[in-house]
Amino acid sequence: MELIMPIFASVVVIFGLVRRVPVFDIFLKGAKEGIQLLYNIAPTIIGLVFAVDLLKSSGAIDRLCTMAAPIAEYMGFPKEIVPMVLLRPISGSGATALLTSLYETSGPDSFAGRVASVLAGASETTFYAIAMYYGSIKVEKIRHTLIAALAADFTAFVMSVITIRVFG
Amino acid sequence: MLNYIWSGLIILSIICAMIFGNTQELSTALLNSGTSSIELLMKMAGIMCLWSGIMKIAEESGFTSMIAKLFSPLLRPLFPRLKKDSPAFKCITMNISANLLGLGNAATPFGLKAMEHLHTLNGRRDTASNEMVIFVVMNTASLQLIPTTIATLRQAYGSTDPFNIIVPVWISSATALAVALIIAFSLNLKK
Repeated sequence: MELIMPIFASVVVIFGLVRRVPVFDIFLKGAKEGIQLLYNIAPTIIGLVFAVDLLKSSGAIDRLCTMAAPIAEYMGFPKEIVPMVLLRPISGSGATALLTSLYETSGPDSFAGRVASVLAGASETTFYAIAMYYGSIKVEKIRHTLIAALAADFTAFVMSVITIRVFG
Repeated sequence: MLNYIWSGLIILSIICAMIFGNTQELSTALLNSGTSSIELLMKMAGIMCLWSGIMKIAEESGFTSMIAKLFSPLLRPLFPRLKKDSPAFKCITMNISANLLGLGNAATPFGLKAMEHLHTLNGRRDTASNEMVIFVVMNTASLQLIPTTIATLRQAYGSTDPFNIIVPVWISSATALAVALIIAFSLNLKK
């Protein structure tokens, strides 16, 4: 699996050589554009990391989890994954940290562990992706992007529980 | 909209920190977040340059056109207004195929390029086009054939079968994507 990245990169380079493209010159041109792309998204990333760090430190997510846990349990969802459900859309590293600590406490093959694995595999850091893609071109009116994306996150959460219940 | 979400997050954090007595943690986070975001950007800088370079080779050599042709039947219906050989459509197909292969790092520069191309086709400078909504929504749903990161983590923590979550992941992400696309398309029509 670790081989996919290097294979993809070398296939592209070899393809370029076969087509007689000056690969290194073109690579440098592209890398320069990479700097430009990074420059475009840097302010968005700094602003977003700032807001998410504040939210995580404020205790709001912990409080929301204690409130949501009984509801989740009542509906048959493992309450251990509630913090991950809430953190997943805003922080990828935060969700991974929660996932590993859940693996440590409940084990990766427990019910909660498997549901959390599916959830992590079937959802993305929604806010980050939206802010980055729209921020890079300075589009402010994102219309219904957020609603559709959050619906996807919620569906992924519900489906992670259902699929693990069905497939064991 | 992003203006409201961002300021809402900050105001909510400050109010909650005061209510729950976490003001100390809040000010620490406030001071440290600049550093952590710059660290994140530095990590991204190398990756972005490397993959933008590789992407450029793929573009100039005709590799992206080939992939675009391959994925065209699948992705054309989602972007009916884009021409098959337009740079926007090529970048979109490369982004989606990189995501499917689990090359998240490579997918990002393609995605940002795709947004740039979509923006030049967009008449309204500050408002998202239908294509942008569909494309970003596809990127917020996880499209991945093999969830390598999760499987690696599961293995590291002693799972007896790290890959046994793969079918549930496929079903869950496909359903999530379908729901998101249905909502995005029906609201695209409404306007």
